[in-house]
Amino acid sequence: MLAIYAVLDGFDFGVGIVHLLVARTDAERRALLQSIGPVWDGNEVWLLAGGGTLFFAFPAAYAAGFSGFYLPLMIVLWLLILRGAAVEFRNHITSPVWTPFWDVTFAASSALLALFFGAALGNVIRGVPIDAGGVFFLPLWTNFRIGPNAGVLDWFTITLGIASVAALMMHGALWVAMKTRGDLETRARRIASLAWAAVALLTFALLIIVPLTLPHYSRRYAARPWGLVFPLVALAALAAVMPFSRNKRDGAAFLCSCTYILTMLAAAAFGNYPYLLSAIGDPQGGLTIYNAAASSYGLRVGLVWFIPGVMLATGYFAFAYRHIMEKIDARA
Amino acid sequence: MDALTVDRIHFAFTVTFHYLFPQLTMGLGLLIVVLKTLALRTGDAHYDVAARFWGRIFAINFVIGVVTGIPMEFQFGTNWAAFSKAAGGVIGQTLAMEGVLSFFLESTFLGAFLFGEKRLGPRLHWLSAFLVFLGSWLSGLFIIATNAWMQHPVGYALDADGTFRLTSLAALLTNRWAIWQYLHNMTATVITGSVVMAALGAFYLLMHQFEDFGRTFVRLGVIAGLIASLLMIFPTGDSQGRNVALYQPVTLAAMEGLFENQHGAPLAIIGQPDVEARKLDNPILVPDVLSFLTYRRWKAEVHGLLEFPQDQWPDNIPLLYYTYHIMVGLGTIFIGVFALAALLLYRGRLYDTPLMLWALMLMAPFPYIATTAGWMTAELGRQPWLVYGLMRTSAGSSPQVSAGNGLFTLLGFMGLYAVLAVLFLFLVYLEVQRGPGGDSEHQAVEAALAAAD
Repeated sequence: MLAIYAVLDGFDFGVGIVHLLVARTDAERRALLQSIGPVWDGNEVWLLAGGGTLFFAFPAAYAAGFSGFYLPLMIVLWLLILRGAAVEFRNHITSPVWTPFWDVTFAASSALLALFFGAALGNVIRGVPIDAGGVFFLPLWTNFRIGPNAGVLDWFTITLGIASVAALMMHGALWVAMKTRGDLETRARRIASLAWAAVALLTFALLIIVPLTLPHYSRRYAARPWGLVFPLVALAALAAVMPFSRNKRDGAAFLCSCTYILTMLAAAAFGNYPYLLSAIGDPQGGLTIYNAAASSYGLRVGLVWFIPGVMLATGYFAFAYRHIMEKIDARA
Repeated sequence: MDALTVDRIHFAFTVTFHYLFPQLTMGLGLLIVVLKTLALRTGDAHYDVAARFWGRIFAINFVIGVVTGIPMEFQFGTNWAAFSKAAGGVIGQTLAMEGVLSFFLESTFLGAFLFGEKRLGPRLHWLSAFLVFLGSWLSGLFIIATNAWMQHPVGYALDADGTFRLTSLAALLTNRWAIWQYLHNMTATVITGSVVMAALGAFYLLMHQFEDFGRTFVRLGVIAGLIASLLMIFPTGDSQGRNVALYQPVTLAAMEGLFENQHGAPLAIIGQPDVEARKLDNPILVPDVLSFLTYRRWKAEVHGLLEFPQDQWPDNIPLLYYTYHIMVGLGTIFIGVFALAALLLYRGRLYDTPLMLWALMLMAPFPYIATTAGWMTAELGRQPWLVYGLMRTSAGSSPQVSAGNGLFTLLGFMGLYAVLAVLFLFLVYLEVQRGPGGDSEHQAVEAALAAAD
């Protein structure tokens, strides 16, 4: 669920990040917002639903994680509020003071959110100083090193944060290229190819850094080598983005970018399995899907409404996306 | 301030601000369906224009409701980790149901309602309005079921390690407390929607602007408001009051400022509880009425606060007493104003009675105050418990989040919400100025797209 969130809200974050770069005129910026206007808020619901699902299925992990990451989560909430206000309120008034203010807010909050979400993933991968009682509390930063005294931001999580900004930039630019025509489309493709280069570089760097610095990942991949299929598919999908985008097959390029994000997340989850939150420096400690799970009745009855509920939600999404699937031309 | 106090103010502040917006969207959701139904039945475009106008007001409220709602779900984990860990298996269920079963519905079809009128045609557009209404009322149901479990826990088992295990989802959703609290609360949202609609209609009539719409808004607001404010007292308020008497008798005593046990207990209309001296100062009492309302017998015995151990008393009795009385007092005034307005409407004189229009217009802030006071009654009345009778509030907060960190984010939310409040008032003011019939930017784009097709 959180993976779906990453792919869906990912593109509208990406649209936010590239907003100021790709769209120069007011009409173009309006067109960009229009391309995400009817769906961004539904995309955000996946975050809420994902959080809720974590809450009922793994209450101990929800409690430990949310209170342990107290400050970064609150900052994420503030950024989500600012971003929501920016998307919705920008077009209520046309004025040389009002619109640029929201444009900058939109771009800045989107970029910071991408950074924080990437760093959050970095924390989950790296592990947290969780104690025997299953709790921890992380300050925003300490000495920027990985270790028992880690902060939310260290060099590893920041690298992942930057990779996430680059990946969502590419993702968003591909979405814009797919949804628009003319100058906007050309510029979006150019930004996408720049972001692509950064993503490729950072992906390679991460694939080298993770096994070197995080032994628990290499151990788990060594135990079940078939899991390597996830990073390999991710690389293949990333490699395929560029040729598709060059040949103006934007839909295919966007799909490849979706695949890239999904498989990278799967690779991260695979390396962590069965842990939800690993303990730094203690291979036995941490919260697993077993010791953090709710009662079996709760999980079973949850599935009864969860599956039809998610199917219905997917149906609404298909409906919404089909109805906004025409290209938007900023010149019109 | 200790960390617990900060966490309590943190939740109270953010939830109170948040709920100013959903209470309008839920009530307005129903009224928009009524307008769309009138449009479909009569074929009169006037009602479509009116629905579109209220759709824009709805949308602004919806956005602020969404962005301030996400922090609510997160705060269970951030500030109340011990509670979340213990009770997540139960209340996580209903909170996740809200996300999956109602928010997707509401957000998708709000998009369709706002952007798709021309493309969908009248029937499907009516359906989108209806699904937005359904989604928002479902989300209310899941939230109330969550709160009702904290007020009157059912369908759970308590494990040896102190965690609550869900044993029956059906019991959780059909909790007697949840049903009456839900109906009482949803009726309150209709009052908020009706008062706001009638108040704006009265404003337009007094300003001599958009007068044909002003008349529609006043008429619909007064009729819906009268029905809802009657239902508010009976049966929903009455039944919810009896739930309190049955399951939280100490709360009832505190709400009424009743210290001693009494046969034929009086209803306190006005008075100031003096907890130190164990008495109600300057009381105006109606004899025997509290006994009758609670047990349907004039001379029945009602337990006073002194009957209960003091460590089970709500920790802020005066505030609980006042919020309860403000809620009931305003609820009674709503009935009076709406009944008078309905009488004038029936006689055909409402639109030319400026005094009545003034009263309707000035009523606008009061349903918000009454609803906030009502929720404060429920939440202060639950104290000192987080899960009534089972887990104390002091045991629920996050052990490792310090008061300093909590205060930092509380101040952050206060600042950010002050900005949101200013933006909200400004944007609603613009919509009110633009009035029904003036298309919003989105709708202008929509119209241009439809023309190009």
